[in-house]
Amino acid sequence: METYKLTVNGEPKEVSVDPGTPLLWVLREELKMTGTKYGCGISACGACTVHVGGIATRSCVLPVSLVEGRAITTIEGVGKDPVGHAVQEAWVSEDVVQCGYCQSGQIMAAVALLKSNRKPTDTNIEESMGGNLCRCGTYVRIRQAIKAASQKLA
Amino acid sequence: MSATSLFRKESGVTRRSFLRASAGAAGGLMVALYFDLPLLAQPAAKTYPPDAFVHIKSDGSIVIQVNRLEFGQGVQTSLPMVLADELDADWSHVVPELAPAADVYKDPIFGIQMVGGSGSIAHSFEQYRELGAKTRSMLVAAAAEEWKVSPEQCRTEASVVHGPGGQSAKYGELAEKAAQMPVPDKVKLKDAGQFRLIGKKTRRLDSHGKCDGSLKFGLDLDLPGMKVALVAHPPVFGGSPKSVDDKDARSIPGVVDVFEIPATKNGKAIAVVADKFWTAKQARDRLKIDWDFTGLEQPDTAQLREKFKEIAATQGNIAASRGDIKVLDGISESNRLVVEYEFPYLAHSPMEPLNTTIRFDGDGAEVWAGSQFQTIDQMAVAQTLDLKPEQVTFHTEMAGGGFGRRAVPDSHVQREAAAIAKRFKGTPVKLVWTREDDVQGGYYRPMHAHRVEIGIGADGMPAAWRHVIVGQSITAGTPFAAMLIKDGVDETAVEGASDTAYDIPNFLVSAHHPTVNVPVLWWRSVGSTHTAFVMETLIEELAIRAKADPIAYRRKLLKADAKNLRSALDLMDEKSAAWRHSLPKGHAVGFACHECFGTSVACAVDVSIENKRPRIHRVTVAVNCGRAVNPLTVESQFQAGVTFGLSQVVPRGAITFKNGMAEQNNFDGFTPPYMADAPVAVDVHIVPSTEKPTGCGEPPVPVISPAVVNALGKLTGKRYRSLPLVTI
Repeated sequence: METYKLTVNGEPKEVSVDPGTPLLWVLREELKMTGTKYGCGISACGACTVHVGGIATRSCVLPVSLVEGRAITTIEGVGKDPVGHAVQEAWVSEDVVQCGYCQSGQIMAAVALLKSNRKPTDTNIEESMGGNLCRCGTYVRIRQAIKAASQKLA
Repeated sequence: MSATSLFRKESGVTRRSFLRASAGAAGGLMVALYFDLPLLAQPAAKTYPPDAFVHIKSDGSIVIQVNRLEFGQGVQTSLPMVLADELDADWSHVVPELAPAADVYKDPIFGIQMVGGSGSIAHSFEQYRELGAKTRSMLVAAAAEEWKVSPEQCRTEASVVHGPGGQSAKYGELAEKAAQMPVPDKVKLKDAGQFRLIGKKTRRLDSHGKCDGSLKFGLDLDLPGMKVALVAHPPVFGGSPKSVDDKDARSIPGVVDVFEIPATKNGKAIAVVADKFWTAKQARDRLKIDWDFTGLEQPDTAQLREKFKEIAATQGNIAASRGDIKVLDGISESNRLVVEYEFPYLAHSPMEPLNTTIRFDGDGAEVWAGSQFQTIDQMAVAQTLDLKPEQVTFHTEMAGGGFGRRAVPDSHVQREAAAIAKRFKGTPVKLVWTREDDVQGGYYRPMHAHRVEIGIGADGMPAAWRHVIVGQSITAGTPFAAMLIKDGVDETAVEGASDTAYDIPNFLVSAHHPTVNVPVLWWRSVGSTHTAFVMETLIEELAIRAKADPIAYRRKLLKADAKNLRSALDLMDEKSAAWRHSLPKGHAVGFACHECFGTSVACAVDVSIENKRPRIHRVTVAVNCGRAVNPLTVESQFQAGVTFGLSQVVPRGAITFKNGMAEQNNFDGFTPPYMADAPVAVDVHIVPSTEKPTGCGEPPVPVISPAVVNALGKLTGKRYRSLPLVTI
């Protein structure tokens, strides 16, 4: 057991866990922030995507010991950011979600994309979103929502 | 709102269903469910008291119980729309809730509480309309009494009752009094022209919570003192531990217990219970188990393929027979087509891994599960805990997908969870199946082989068609067998072929159901996943052979009464004409049409080849689903459902076996469609209809795979008869 000081959505948090514990399980089980989802545990599906230092990161394979002192943003906090808010709004207005389980990760990936590229092409979208699995298959509307958010932010 | 009297359901088919326990193969008690067949149904009384479905609070919010699991299909929005329309409710006041397990929430047609057969809207449309209309009538009666006017003089709009003299009262103000009014026996439903919500594109009510992380799925449940359980399952179905070394596992702080529990197919598994998921996962990974597979069949995909192919060369039990199949023998070799198809096992793999939480209290239990089969799962938990079903409170949790995987006749996940919870009286335990458990854990869409011999007539149309289907029965050994297996044929294996809408004069479909030591299950659109692929690739092939336009060929071959499918085909033809006739170089169009669960679908796809894979630029879908309750949901279901259908096309979409063990264990080896595999754009067109609504959960799935390979065939000159498409 080690104690770690984390900054999650701008707030200081302290947890005592095994150093190897993935950030995902620290968020879900220690901090009770369950918006970040477990889908595969091997960074293959993107359901656990959070931002670490602004970069879209798979939290299911990232040991908590590596994120101390770095800004962590999750789906619960991303709406405070104008890009995050625009993406969440676009997701709702485009009626993207179905089961919704992967959408936290999809939104976090989309926000990271739009933060670095306000006018992504279809190719840019596929490259950035290509590792986020949606079993319902909502990709057509995910594309639409990213484009809608992009327009809103322009 | 509490109602003082109950009402009798007047319309729709009612079924008696009853549950009873009988001695089962496992030595213990097996739950058996007996369904009445639709035609044998007694007009038994079935009451749906409005107070079980609608609760109008004094603040005006209208809480509506949804008698189904929501797992993406949008029913948590569309059923409240139906009720709210007849209620004349202000839509912004509506708050949906997923109903717990209870008799009153059973599917009016199936007689158990469930989601399946694309029946949510199809079976509950009339039910929810009546509930809305009756509640409205009680509110009007309350207002009329208050104002001393007759109810006929009042009208309702946006959660307000208006009286003849300019009086008005909000539903929230009337709720308490309305609850004392008698529930009307009969109530007039709206004419279609009066609908305000039904038929209107309406955004989902669960979007916000799914976009800001606040909505809780079953896996997100956190109860005071809760423990988490993971299970080490035998890698061969039915296996048992010969010996277990759990010393390392137990040494991890937070591990509570390690013990044996029953598993699928009379196997035994090892449960690890800990304070948290991550602790349980660490502990499970450190178990050293020597498994015993003595006496177990250990299937091998390569061998199964050969075996199925061999069986397919012989006639099976007859599923459909028309005309005289001997006509086939009289047709010359050059006018005959003999083809063989292969389909793999497919995993459902909903994004939210399977889970169930149970707290056993000795004389009762509480369950939290995203279940498609509340009635059956509740009984399974009761049985495992030696309780009566009514002693088990069963909460329906929001589920992250399912596609059939949460409708398991043997309730194996709930049985495991109950067996574990039984040891921790008073403590809630959440059982989690990891992704590895899910991918390797069985209950797949069964593997199939088809063999079809077609005799082509002088007009280029099929004159005779002999079709053999080989695949495990999904329902054999389950309570559904009595209803779905007839004359040795499991309907779920032949549907889509035996009941084809094509008019083939001499037609014979037969089926073999070999047993294999792999548990199988319905997978979104069930039999049509493979039968539509065979039918629609063959029809396209016959059209090409006849040098006919594939759409015109289908039109000509459709039965005269296949009006709905014809309407979908016509609309698809019209809506895709512009892009079809101006395809860029290197692109090709493919078609398919299919009817299942009462819904008719036709699609055209624009495909090219990129990086040695089919690239799907566009899909035009036309659908006839009767009256579309929420056209936005219908559109979404089709836009996304076609991608789900591509699960069987993507190169690593299959589950294969070696020595009885699944060769894939997570999304790296078993890889469903990602964005690049999916169509870039899907335009969905709904055939205008005033017929009763039919389901849209499963019908998007069957058409896409045949349409894509039909297009691909034009680019490569090949015919594709084996899925997944490992190479093109």
